[in-house]
Amino acid sequence: MSQVPAPQDPADDGPDDEPVPMMQSLIDNPFLLLFLGVAMPTVLYIVWGVMEIVGIPLAK
Amino acid sequence: MAVNRNFRTCPSTGLVYHEPAEKLIRWNAVAGVVSLLVGGVLALLVTLTRWPAVKLLPPDWFYLVLTAHGLDMLVFWIIFFEIAVLYFAASTLLKCRLATPKVAWVAFWLMIVGAITNNIAVFKGDSSVMFTSYVPMGAHPLFYLGLILFAVGALIACFVFFGTLVVGKAEKTYNGSVPLVTFGAVTAAIIAVFTIAAGAIILIPTFLWSVGLVSHIDSLMYRTVWWAFGHSSQQINVAAHVSVWYAIAAIVFGAKPMSEKVSRAAFVLYILFLQLASAHHLLADPGLTSNWKIFNTSYAMYLAVLASMVHGLTVPGAIEVAQRQKGFNKGLFEWLRKAPWGNPCFSGMFMSLIGFGFLGGISGVMMGTEQLNLIIHNTIYVPGHFHATVVVGTTLAFMALTYFLIPTLFRRELMFPGMAKWQTYIYGLGMMGFSVFMMGAGTLGVPRRHWDMAFSGALMPHEFPGTAYLMMGLMAVSGVLATVGGAMYLINTVGSVFFGRKIQTPDFKRVPVREGMAPPPVPAVPAPAGHGTIGMGGFVAPGTFVLAMVFLTSFVLYYFVNWKYLSTVWPLQ
Repeated sequence: MSQVPAPQDPADDGPDDEPVPMMQSLIDNPFLLLFLGVAMPTVLYIVWGVMEIVGIPLAK
Repeated sequence: MAVNRNFRTCPSTGLVYHEPAEKLIRWNAVAGVVSLLVGGVLALLVTLTRWPAVKLLPPDWFYLVLTAHGLDMLVFWIIFFEIAVLYFAASTLLKCRLATPKVAWVAFWLMIVGAITNNIAVFKGDSSVMFTSYVPMGAHPLFYLGLILFAVGALIACFVFFGTLVVGKAEKTYNGSVPLVTFGAVTAAIIAVFTIAAGAIILIPTFLWSVGLVSHIDSLMYRTVWWAFGHSSQQINVAAHVSVWYAIAAIVFGAKPMSEKVSRAAFVLYILFLQLASAHHLLADPGLTSNWKIFNTSYAMYLAVLASMVHGLTVPGAIEVAQRQKGFNKGLFEWLRKAPWGNPCFSGMFMSLIGFGFLGGISGVMMGTEQLNLIIHNTIYVPGHFHATVVVGTTLAFMALTYFLIPTLFRRELMFPGMAKWQTYIYGLGMMGFSVFMMGAGTLGVPRRHWDMAFSGALMPHEFPGTAYLMMGLMAVSGVLATVGGAMYLINTVGSVFFGRKIQTPDFKRVPVREGMAPPPVPAVPAPAGHGTIGMGGFVAPGTFVLAMVFLTSFVLYYFVNWKYLSTVWPLQ
């Protein structure tokens, strides 16, 4: 006979006490992701690209 | 201050709509569809002009119409609809009130004013600068001002979305992590913030240049920063339509992702790396080093491609598992044969997935390789690629979602359900043909954007092979077919929303929720430990595995065929 899990009492705070894995807590923070999602392309694409363009010697 | 906490529950889907959010979702979706209508009419004019046998418009009108088509489709249609998706993913899926609806309305009207201002500037005739508006080509100041207003509105809307996530968490309307579809919407919103910020960095000085307050804008600087806006705006679409794929798989099949962790990790890869693909537009520019180009395209972009392949595997995989659990467990593909192909919600989504992966994805990786890019740079191959990603991928997915939203969000029956069954096929197959033939013509060197591929009357005309003209003709026939499919969508959706039979719900009433509280969250159901006895050969989704192998084989073959082709067009003895 298959085991049917007992319905969980909504008032039971048990699962809330379980520690949340670190990676999950990072991914659950939309503002941290927002920072990373803006900082990465800003540095790797825009800042790096602009530095290369600024470094092109001017024609004389 | 009083806060509107009126909710209604859709009787057929069980979705919970917050009253102000519902109105905003509707209005943003309608504004998007109106943009699609304008852009669709212009698309037909562009197609009939690039059809060598027809050449409908004179050059000045062609460039005007092409400019307006690009902006109405790539910016206004898509972003209005995406804002509707963001509000739906935050408020409805989290069963939570929308944060600051008044601010959301300000954002909406800014976007409307911006879109109208930009269209007026283009149709006045002195801003035919294409979607890219490369300096030193100058447009009327209203052109840039319209885009800036639209972008500011969209940025505000993104922060209303983030605010709604905060409200949901504070008022405990959901347990644990946000649902995967909402997480995909978070990804889209993050990419949107970067996109709009990049747009502001380049469009505000360009606006000041257009009114004479700034003397000079460096053209390479413009191109570099502009593409952080121009290409990333299409990456918002990717994140949004992948979220729509997951949503439709759940809606139609009750499918659960094969691994939530893997799917979320794939979205994180999008957040970190997808925008860097913008660099592939600059692969032929001499001012930037190969280090910058190759890092951004051939390293970082592949991580985003990996994420797309994960989604492309897990969405059909989840559908396969759900179908097999329902009993469609024979052989490799019974689950697919017995799928509801007459349901436009599914057929549109599945064609979007296949077209995005096989046509848009593979061609995108080829184009993103610095050496191979030389074969097709600035040819009509490029619009062939992005019609496969943005139109087959995004627009078709959004069309499929609309058939779900009309009864649940607008509470209207579809006026022409039979037409809806055919619409996704006509539009999807038309656009797939359109993209393929464009890419074929581009491989033969036909330029993009140009009014006349024969360069009639030019000092140095170019003679293309007859195959190139054949490709352009087939492209146009496919484009006309897709336009018919687009018209069917517009007739059906606009007709249903305004004139469709109302869905009556007995004892319907909006439910006010107590201050500081939201509908109680449903306790999470424990995840099943396994998939039982479904599948074959040790695989729970063997059909999807075979499809993935077909995809990988096509990918590898096409990639190396292009290296072979490069060796013939660039003779090194």
